[in-house]
Amino acid sequence: MREMTFVEAAREALAEEMARNPAIFVVGEGIGARGGSFNTTLGLYDLYGPERLRDTPISERGFTALCTGAAAAGGRPVVDFMFIDFLADGFGDLFNQTSKLQWMSGGRLKMPILLRGCIGVAKSNGAHHSGNYYPFFMHIPGFRVAIPASPRDAKGLMKTALRSNDPVLFLEHKDVLMLRGPVPEEEYLIPFGEASVAREGKDVTVVAIAAMVPKTLKASEELAKEGVSVEVIDPRTVAPLDIDTILASVHKTGRLLIVDEDFAPCGVGAEIAAQVMARGFDDLDAPVQRLNGAFAPAATSAVFDNMVPQVPDITKAVRDLLAE
Amino acid sequence: MAKAKLGVVIEKPAAGLSKEQLLDLYRQMLIIRRTEEQLIRAYQAGKIHGACHTYVGEEAVATGVCAHLRPDDVVFSTHRGHGHALAKGVTPREVIAELFGKATGVSGGIGGSMHLFKPEIGMMGSSGIVGPSITMAAGAAYTFKLLKTNRISVAFFGDGAVSNGSFHEGINLATVWGLPVLFVCENNMYATEVPFNQATKNPDVASRAKAYGLPGVAVDGNDVLAIYQAAGEAIQRARGGEGPTLLECRTYRTRAHSEGMRDTGYRTAEEIAEWKARDPIARFRDVLLGGLASEGDVIRIDEEIKIMVEEATAFADSSPWPDKAILTQHVYSDSGG
Ligand SMILES: Cc1ncc(C[n+]2csc(CCOP(=O)(O)OP(=O)(O)O)c2C)c(N)n1
Ligand SMILES: [Mg+2]
Repeated sequence: MREMTFVEAAREALAEEMARNPAIFVVGEGIGARGGSFNTTLGLYDLYGPERLRDTPISERGFTALCTGAAAAGGRPVVDFMFIDFLADGFGDLFNQTSKLQWMSGGRLKMPILLRGCIGVAKSNGAHHSGNYYPFFMHIPGFRVAIPASPRDAKGLMKTALRSNDPVLFLEHKDVLMLRGPVPEEEYLIPFGEASVAREGKDVTVVAIAAMVPKTLKASEELAKEGVSVEVIDPRTVAPLDIDTILASVHKTGRLLIVDEDFAPCGVGAEIAAQVMARGFDDLDAPVQRLNGAFAPAATSAVFDNMVPQVPDITKAVRDLLAE
Repeated sequence: MAKAKLGVVIEKPAAGLSKEQLLDLYRQMLIIRRTEEQLIRAYQAGKIHGACHTYVGEEAVATGVCAHLRPDDVVFSTHRGHGHALAKGVTPREVIAELFGKATGVSGGIGGSMHLFKPEIGMMGSSGIVGPSITMAAGAAYTFKLLKTNRISVAFFGDGAVSNGSFHEGINLATVWGLPVLFVCENNMYATEVPFNQATKNPDVASRAKAYGLPGVAVDGNDVLAIYQAAGEAIQRARGGEGPTLLECRTYRTRAHSEGMRDTGYRTAEEIAEWKARDPIARFRDVLLGGLASEGDVIRIDEEIKIMVEEATAFADSSPWPDKAILTQHVYSDSGG
């Protein structure tokens, strides 16, 4: 199968959907002729021009709400925030309008808007360029949240997002943007709410999010040498969350660790743990454990690169869980 | 020459400044320039973790404004904040060490280029988010007014922030409440690669003041004396309880938006060359040598700063890394440190 990077795969999905649907337009800073700070729209300006690839001033609040209005009127905007941290200025309207318009209108309005941006500490750019924030959106009724970790999933989830009638957050971790992997030539979509079993195993289940997926796969290889068989699950979307796949795995392994670089409190891991406790309690041989990033804004100095879990942290957390 | 707006007259440069004051302006601009050059080399050598937005070409703005500030006046800065920090009194040592991620940096190594904090001397922080310098500076001014001090607050922001809601809300609030704040727009004609005239149909920032009912002044942002004079008048008004001013400084960054980024495809080499010819430091040096100071005076400062910045770099190089424990300190007021 052909290989491409995560960025290329997501961009191919956007290009295909833009060809299919003339109502799709993209807004953001530098997403026109420049092709986006992270090359998310590279080459598309030449195909679709300035009205469908709209360079904006630094008016996040304005263009987020504008796109909400555009979506309500039958357009299909893609808001490219570059760093997802910049979405924060638009949060008031996202929360009060974007997420609620369908409900408030009794389903008569649709809200086909895609909100995308890069997440993660990665090589830290500091407190204002490193956020994850997805639990905010899991918490609010109305949002879909996709966090792909491979090129294949990036394309398939982007296609689904661009056909969804709900507001979708499409989050791209900086550490996976340049990851290369197989991407099918023929058209495919990946439905929301279907986790992928990224590696099969029988001793312990590890649910990993975004950049933690490749790290956990690496940790699993090391653990395999010690005779530990890890099953790695990538939820791919956290809203909706495919709890059934996680429960089935825990039924098999009896142990669950959630690895997420975002903060622990009220996070993805907390939600998964609560649901597993409610529905899979009898399967558990040990308490559900979480491994998260430090509970602090992102610091820049290179000494803080390990403020989010690294491969050795994951192997250690798995060993600790097996020792319970 | 500076352009006056709304009746604010800018008099002939140099008037009223002593030779020492003039040389101080020169010294300050040069400190910024040499520090930036050092950071550029360090960036290229891979010593800087994170972004590095330089202030090369814009030194006159921070220098001309901050020359009027007392240590208890405050500055709210941008992502392009090295010059603001240095002009407010942060040392090259503290800036360079911060960008190297060292414990001796002005933010202890947690901040890097976009998060320079030294509130002890009124440096209230640079910011990775465009816009809030405007509204937060207005807020500091609110406190100064409430507590009946005569302290003032300064917001620096780029042309990019002018299209952000914070510009409208911050300036309107400060004006209607008569707050002691100076809004300094560093109009360098581009926000990253977006030309200002593609972000707005009215790229005359100072003219917008009329819409809010405060004085608006546009000055040549590469003329330190014009800025010094216009800022001085605005700050005097602010201290005197007469409210805010919008000061637009028309300038240019002569390097890429951020180190390591391309600098082609959105502006011409001719345009860059044109602005380099208007270099604020070289220009002011000519002004000084036109009878205000001797060649010896200027050379002494050149040498002094060369040594200062070399020493600062050696200091940053030999400084220790931060203790990892500081990461979670100061998340709350009582979380240690
Ligand atoms: C709210 C927000 N949106 C987007 C960005 C990304 N960004 C960083 S600097 C910049 C351009 C800023 O232009 P301007 O305000 O003119 O300042 P300059 O860089 O020209 O000094 C942009 C878009 C940001 N930092 N914050
Ligand atoms: Mg600018």
